[in-house]
Amino acid sequence: MASAIPPGDPAVPQGPRPRRAFSARNITLYGALVLIAAYYALPLYVMIVTSLKTMPEIRLGNIFSPPVQITFQPWIKAWAEACTGLNCDGLSRGFWNSVRITVPSVAISIAIASINGYALSLWRFRGSEMFFGILVFGAFIPYQVLIYPIVILLRDIGLYGTLWGLIIVHSIFGMPILTLLFRNYFGSIPEELFKAARVDGAGFWGIFFRVMLPMSLPIVVVAMILQVTGIWNDFLFGVIYTKPDLYPMTVQLNNIVNSVQGVKEYNVNMAATLLTGLVPLIVYFVSGKLFVRGIAAGAVKG
Amino acid sequence: MPETQRPSQLLRNLNAKVASVPMILTAMFVFVGGTLWTVLYSFTDSKLLPRLHFVGLSQYDRLWSTARWIVSIENLAIYGVLSLVFSLVIGFVLAALLDQKIRFENVFRTIFLYPFALSFIVTGLVWQWILNPDFGVQHIIRGLGFSKFVFDPLYNQEIVIYGVLIAGLWQGTGLIMCLMLAGLRGIDEEIWKAARVDGIPMWKTYIFIIIPMMRPVFITTLVIIASGIVKLYDLIVAQTGGGPGISSEVPAKYVYDFMFRAQNLGQGFAASTMMLLAVAIVIIPWAYLEFGGKKRG
Repeated sequence: MASAIPPGDPAVPQGPRPRRAFSARNITLYGALVLIAAYYALPLYVMIVTSLKTMPEIRLGNIFSPPVQITFQPWIKAWAEACTGLNCDGLSRGFWNSVRITVPSVAISIAIASINGYALSLWRFRGSEMFFGILVFGAFIPYQVLIYPIVILLRDIGLYGTLWGLIIVHSIFGMPILTLLFRNYFGSIPEELFKAARVDGAGFWGIFFRVMLPMSLPIVVVAMILQVTGIWNDFLFGVIYTKPDLYPMTVQLNNIVNSVQGVKEYNVNMAATLLTGLVPLIVYFVSGKLFVRGIAAGAVKG
Repeated sequence: MPETQRPSQLLRNLNAKVASVPMILTAMFVFVGGTLWTVLYSFTDSKLLPRLHFVGLSQYDRLWSTARWIVSIENLAIYGVLSLVFSLVIGFVLAALLDQKIRFENVFRTIFLYPFALSFIVTGLVWQWILNPDFGVQHIIRGLGFSKFVFDPLYNQEIVIYGVLIAGLWQGTGLIMCLMLAGLRGIDEEIWKAARVDGIPMWKTYIFIIIPMMRPVFITTLVIIASGIVKLYDLIVAQTGGGPGISSEVPAKYVYDFMFRAQNLGQGFAASTMMLLAVAIVIIPWAYLEFGGKKRG
């Protein structure tokens, strides 16, 4: 690359992009992009610096200035000592609850959805498309409409207020989008493969476990990203279907920060907020392009 | 399908049917059954427990004469319209900026999209802090010498919903940008070349050629934003708690509070049925356009 072209030099008539690096257009373009990026990055920056300051420093300074004296005390307090109601063991309780909710929910919802998608694309039966249609439209029903019937359902089977109840709820509400994802994926696999397996005598489960599942790793990863962030970030279901001891991290975070008693410790609040956002953020930064694929696949088809 | 297969219809493909039981149960019991149940019980006077004692439309009468519900609807309308317009405009502009064959595209995209990975609770709490008049933006600008500067959306009943909007847009526009970018990338390079040859300025090409071509993308995006708006709940709970007073209440919060706090189930059911109606008004025309014309009649 001819990176040594001095600005102002007439464009060299070779190479793919005969454009000057410092044209007025580029300066506006990159200037705008950098400004907007700064705006989007600002809240994360504010969270980080606030969580590393002491309370006296917060009262004196402004929220954008970097900490003069870095302290990790707020993080320790947010994780292990902050109080919600009678419990004073910090966000760690909510963190582990969220882990215990997220892991089985993700596994179960993906297992169900992959089987659904497989049956819907390769083993259609009478009415299967209708059930699928209902499922997809179900994704648009406001949760508020379904909350109470599910409370009754869970109460009847004795799971209301338990982690397993919440796991069932997450599996139900994850089903439309994940089923769609897997149905489209299996639908794009060449049918010859399926036919060959059938000729070889493999049945419904045989083809699923030996042929289809090993091929579906990419879509499983996309589904996992979608579900981990979605379930980790859930608030509504957590607050309705569990009880205070079992509250997921988001609910506990909200209770810590928005509690009316006691002096507000903004540094602890921001440390707690960051801690709660950490898991989806890590998933996001690690998964990169796959995350985008996941939300695009999830979003475009509703 | 040949007639001879009919007798064994139920047993045909049995494994697939058994495997689909969770899906069928969810579709029929939860989605269809649950919706019908809620609509049915919205015509009853259920209080602490649901009971089938019908009182006609009186829950709806009460709903529409409750100030809090009216405020909730107004807030949702303001938030909905503005978030729709701004999401589309900001999302499209960001996508267009990223589509200029720039360097570091990945870096910029990563920054614009990361808020989408965060929950509404986290979003609400961060913006509650930034908009805090004693420490945040107002405090800083006053510190620069403008001692009369006022910017306290979360403490002002008149503008609190705009404070929520700021946070909501920050969280959601990255997603819209991604969808728009995918749409832009789907447009044939030849069209750009043709427009350039004809000497059409870039902004004109966008408005008169590219955007009309992206109609399907805009429609899906519209549906996604619209169905997200109705769910607005966590953000309000975290950022304002519905306050000051009742000035930032929203329908979803009304439903929750009446079902689980005020123990007036009937009101909750009526309010949630209204939400369903609102969604249906958006979804049904879209579904008709999207699926009605093409194949499934």
